Amino acid sequence: MSVGTIAVTPTRTVSAKQIGIAGVVLGALAWVITIPPIEVRGMAPSIVLAVLSICAGAWSIAGGERKLGSEAIVVALFAVGGAVASANSSVATLESVFTWSALVAATLRYATPLLFAALGGVICESGGVINVGLEGMMLMGCFWGIYGADLLGSWVWGLVVAAVAGGLLALLHAFFSINLRGNQIVSGFGINFIALGITGYFLEYHYGPNGTPLNISMIPNVKIPLIQHIGFVGVAFGDQNLMTWIGLALVPALTFFLFRMRWGLRLRSVGEKPRAADTVGLPVLGIRYVAVIMSGVFAALGGAYLSVGFVGSFSNDMTNGRGFIALAAMIFGKWRPWGTLWACLLFAFGNAMSDRVSGVNQTLGTLFEALPYVLTLVAVAGLVGRSRPPAADGIPYVRE
Amino acid sequence: MTLLEEELQAEAEESPGAAATSPAALTAFRRGMSGVMIPILTTVLAFIAAGVVVLATGHNPLSTYSSIFNGTGLNWVFPWVTGSERATAAGNLQQTLLQATPLILVGLAVAFAFRAGLFNIGGQGQYTIGAIVAVWVGSSFAGMPALLHILFAILAAALAGALWAGIAGVLKATSGANEVISTIMLNWIAIWLGVYCFQLGGPLHNPHLPSTPVSNNVVGSAKLPVFWGSASLQGLDIGIFIALALAAVYALVIKRTRLGYETRTVGFNPEAARYAGINVGRTWIRVMLICGAFAGVAAALDTLGWKFNWFTNDFEVSQIGFYGIAVALLGRNTAGGTVAAAVLFGALLTGTSDRNIHLSIDPTLVEYLTFMIEGIIILLVSTDVITLRLLKGGRQIRVALKRRPSEQAGANQGGANQGGANQGGAS
Repeated sequence: MSVGTIAVTPTRTVSAKQIGIAGVVLGALAWVITIPPIEVRGMAPSIVLAVLSICAGAWSIAGGERKLGSEAIVVALFAVGGAVASANSSVATLESVFTWSALVAATLRYATPLLFAALGGVICESGGVINVGLEGMMLMGCFWGIYGADLLGSWVWGLVVAAVAGGLLALLHAFFSINLRGNQIVSGFGINFIALGITGYFLEYHYGPNGTPLNISMIPNVKIPLIQHIGFVGVAFGDQNLMTWIGLALVPALTFFLFRMRWGLRLRSVGEKPRAADTVGLPVLGIRYVAVIMSGVFAALGGAYLSVGFVGSFSNDMTNGRGFIALAAMIFGKWRPWGTLWACLLFAFGNAMSDRVSGVNQTLGTLFEALPYVLTLVAVAGLVGRSRPPAADGIPYVRE
Repeated sequence: MTLLEEELQAEAEESPGAAATSPAALTAFRRGMSGVMIPILTTVLAFIAAGVVVLATGHNPLSTYSSIFNGTGLNWVFPWVTGSERATAAGNLQQTLLQATPLILVGLAVAFAFRAGLFNIGGQGQYTIGAIVAVWVGSSFAGMPALLHILFAILAAALAGALWAGIAGVLKATSGANEVISTIMLNWIAIWLGVYCFQLGGPLHNPHLPSTPVSNNVVGSAKLPVFWGSASLQGLDIGIFIALALAAVYALVIKRTRLGYETRTVGFNPEAARYAGINVGRTWIRVMLICGAFAGVAAALDTLGWKFNWFTNDFEVSQIGFYGIAVALLGRNTAGGTVAAAVLFGALLTGTSDRNIHLSIDPTLVEYLTFMIEGIIILLVSTDVITLRLLKGGRQIRVALKRRPSEQAGANQGGANQGGANQGGAS
């Protein structure tokens, strides 16, 4: 390579990467213009945009950006599908589905339990312990949250009892994976079954066939005084649950803790290089214990939101796989709080969309339920770049 | 090396007297014994632990367990059970074996993946896809000859399950996508696909039942023949023999074929396998295809044997994929162990189902007891240390733990007998 080429390249040509990004944006636009508030009727503009996007993708692939290029093509294909769906729906239907303020509000509601559990997962796995038991820990939070709120008469106690129950179950996981050095994925599955058994058993034992009482003290919503009645903002953010705000606040807080504070660095060092951490005198096993227990507390708080904050009662297996979604969100979010938040919002948006589509067309709504999972599958297939877990994730630590 | 093997080796080294006779044979014998004893002891421990919960909530664990045992129909083997009691026991035993049939196959689907170092959590989705195809084929093509129709439905379901699992295999081989996450996603997609197909207005919904979200009924020519009990009372069909035959095939493939050898090598250490000239990615894909086929056949046997139609709700509440994981783990990924574990879990499911419980204890309580027992079994299976300690008196295990070198990391990641521990995705 001559010096001349190097000097010329940045000024003259657009890089394959930029073209690929443009392709992705164009592809997304092909769908976005067909829905409110733009609502272009007719397929022609969408098809033009999609073709442009595919061309950009192909160019980008030819230029060496294979993943980004294929991502642009995939986005364009999805967008054409979406545009066809929009073209076949009436304006009234589109506007009832894409009521953005209500969609945003519902997305935040659906994201809250996922976010708590997924952030718990981030803590746990940053410390080097895989936690497949998030589902079970959430479920414990669901039941014991209701139990605490019912028995002690206040949702505050519900949260406390839920956190303790989740922490205790996490302690079991910690004992098996840290002390006994079991396979952490397997013991996580055991945790999930045990939680299913314990919550179901005590639901029957305490409440019998009538189920949990109806007049549970619920976690209140935060009514923001000034913006509550201002159109879009009011509907979207004016009346959200306290836990939603706490969950959102936890994201920057946890980022600060993990990357700016001494104990966060220690936690990550235990997850990345436990031997080195041990050498400088850190209590590796102790830190891992705290991390696992905290993840149980977080997951249980997410579960408690579900029962004490949202539904107001407990039914068996009411988490219904949310712990696994949280796990996926954490991996999708590359083991980082912010990435995890976006992943949770994506899943929640899928749920919210499917709710609204179901209101118009039940059959189609079911297919939308699967959309977030398809997107995740596409994403983990590597189109959004590789992610790397903490180096010692899942490996028990043995002192020499 | 697993903890068990290390422990046995330590024991062999420490007892030169025994070594003088035939160390290899003795070690092999002991290992075989522990391989049988540990799962049994694990199960016993789990029952004791769950019994404590029963006791703590003011019920009698012994009468509870004896009620569960009679509910499983296993009392049929006792010669002193006669008359109407015997007829009831036979009926219950048929249900136990009916439950065990798909568990064997889903267990094998998980076990085979474990052997290649893959954690197949997708048994649920592969089973669901198999069920959709099996019920579609079984309820269509009404004019076909019986044997042909059955074979067609089973093979179609196997193919569908295989392709579904193959997605995860291909993603793993081509882009390194972690199979734990991709199979969980595929599970949910499959479940929603099933709900979509059979819901009101769905493409495969039964048009004669406009207000019930259910599939068409399997036609007579596709139903599996019942050989024990009456077909109208959900007797035992020949599906169990198909499951047992496939378990034998599994053992043969693992032990005697090139694919089995490659699978075990990849499972033990993918890097080493690659250096030895094995195409690791292709092995992963093949293994996942076979796993999916097992799960697909499981769904076909359920559908053609006794279920005959699928409600959308059935897809949403089915837990068979997770039971399959428990079965494979408890069975230590061997054919015989998987069959035994499947019968145990089938018995637990049958013995704790509502209609079999008629004692002082609330039947729903007993149902959740099953989950607790299963959970404790899985928890104990995740590590051998507790059961080993009970088995060997704890002396050598402490030695083994102290000597435990840092290669633990490698052993755990390769996951020769426990599956890949590192869910870390694209590495």
